[in-house]
Amino acid sequence: MRTVVDLTHCQGYAQCVFLAPKVFQLHGEEGLLYAPAVPDDQAERVRQAAAACPVQAILLGEEVSVDGR
Amino acid sequence: MAGDLRDGRIVIIGASLAGLRAAEALREEGFTGSLTVVGDEPHPPYDRPPLSKQVLLGLVAADSTGLPMRRDPDAEWRLGVRATGLDPLGKRVLLADGESVPYDRVLITTGTRARPWPKAEEAALDGVFTLRTREDAGGLAERLAAGPRRVLVIGGGFTGSEIASACRERGLDVTVAERGPAPLVGALGGTLSKLAAVMQRNHGVDLRTGVTVTTLRGDGSGRFSGAELSDGSRVEADVCVVALGAVRNVEWLADSGLAAGPRGIACDAGCRAFNMYGIVTDDIFVAGDVSRFPHPLFGYQMLSLEHWGNAVEQAEVAAHNMVNPGPLRRPHLALPTFWSTQFGLNIKSVGVPTFSDHVVIAQGSLEARRLAMVYGYQGRVTAAVTVDMAKSLDYYRHLIETAAPFPPPPGAADRAIAADIPVPSDVPDPKGLSHGPTVALTGYLPDRRLTVVQPRG
Ligand SMILES: Cc1cc2nc3c(=O)[nH]c(=O)nc-3n(C[C@H](O)[C@H](O)[C@H](O)COP(=O)(O)OP(=O)(O)OC[C@H]3O[C@@H](n4cnc5c(N)ncnc54)[C@H](O)[C@@H]3O)c2cc1C
Ligand code: SF4
Repeated sequence: MRTVVDLTHCQGYAQCVFLAPKVFQLHGEEGLLYAPAVPDDQAERVRQAAAACPVQAILLGEEVSVDGR
Repeated sequence: MAGDLRDGRIVIIGASLAGLRAAEALREEGFTGSLTVVGDEPHPPYDRPPLSKQVLLGLVAADSTGLPMRRDPDAEWRLGVRATGLDPLGKRVLLADGESVPYDRVLITTGTRARPWPKAEEAALDGVFTLRTREDAGGLAERLAAGPRRVLVIGGGFTGSEIASACRERGLDVTVAERGPAPLVGALGGTLSKLAAVMQRNHGVDLRTGVTVTTLRGDGSGRFSGAELSDGSRVEADVCVVALGAVRNVEWLADSGLAAGPRGIACDAGCRAFNMYGIVTDDIFVAGDVSRFPHPLFGYQMLSLEHWGNAVEQAEVAAHNMVNPGPLRRPHLALPTFWSTQFGLNIKSVGVPTFSDHVVIAQGSLEARRLAMVYGYQGRVTAAVTVDMAKSLDYYRHLIETAAPFPPPPGAADRAIAADIPVPSDVPDPKGLSHGPTVALTGYLPDRRLTVVQPRG
């Protein structure tokens, strides 16, 4: 699973940091850094974080897989 | 009529953020025809902002920033192949491998590339980098991890400043050389650029302003070893990052008859490309960093933005308009919004700070390193920048959208409004900067210089 945070909308509420600290980290007071490639054992926590984000800035999904066509 | 538009052949050129978001949105809008996405990079769409942040800090790998799909757009991905031309009459996209792809409607999302160091032999020295792609970031992160003596960053724009920030955080010595008076001055104007300069110096950056790098030197065996500056000084370094701004990927459209130039491809508010006579096309659309579009809140200036959020929003509007008939089409009116994290600070901007004559600090202070700066043009609010005050941004967004008077009235009682007086915004002529502006006004303003387009050949 991959994640991308829409940092134009993120307001640094840090709910995601509480729920999935291995993936989301605050850098300074409100700058958010995250790991775009979500480890399997963190997937559930990241789903919870996405649901909890007050501005719905966390997007989850699979990467495009190219079938070689 | 609408039924027709939901069917047919759509081709997207450029497989990155705007291309992916448009592909998804086309399906969400009910497009059932065939969809082809052509991209010259060999990778599926990936995200670039982490490349100058998490990746350079060594927190995540350069090849791990693949973008998630919101839904599978059921597209044919032709990756690793460059589009070399567009035949608007025959309605075909020409590809580098000799094939061509027919279309009914086409979307151009070819974005930008890093402006290279102008002297090719010097740029080819081992240890000289630019930063735009996954490969650039991977190579640079590897060099930083190896612990170079010093890193030289040429250009104090957002990318250059973020690179310098990452270097300092890794404990590396870094020199930033900027031709303008301070870092970020092209994007944020005089007052905040002074804060940026103080921040860099406080974090131990060797910041040199008002200078240009004249020569990159090698050690005799092809490795970068240092640079000469216009003030006669020298910088000894093992790694050099050229952060001179971006170049629009429009050369492949030279024979297409489209209004494509150094500031991008001109399009209308509905993302439809103009041809070189200023006549709007109806089957060629543009979105993302490569576009140049009019915005009513900024005097219908044509804006060229290098903003993640703009690529997303414009791609969605373009997709909507590609599958809907005239009266149902939407304008792309989203306010430009940008963020950057550097030296532990979160800088966010809304509106167009360069479209300003005065600024005022509305909340917080420079000393506190926490503030909201409001920008005005001819008595109306046109932009705001927050430093570690992201939650206030929506308030200012509203002021901009409603063309509120500048200076803004004291805000709601819960806001500690700093009683400050407006000062000139000091937005310099971009010609005097090393870093290209990430927001460019490219239309007519009597008190601003214009881009002069030199016809080729
Ligand atoms: C290091 C870095 C840090 C950034 N940080 C921030 C940030 O903090 N905040 C922010 O708002 N924005 C940031 N950005 C900007 C943001 O990444 C861009 O606005 C965004 O990538 C634009 O997406 P796009 O799809 O329009 O263009 P691009 O991402 O440039 O994609 C264009 C794609 O088209 C391909 N292409 C070009 N020509 C052709 C051709 N002829 N045929 C086929 N394919 C072609 C290119 O190779 C590329 O893959 C950053 C950018 C970089 C490089
Ligand atoms: S929960 Fe949402 S708003 Fe808060 S820091 Fe995370 S992404 Fe940003």
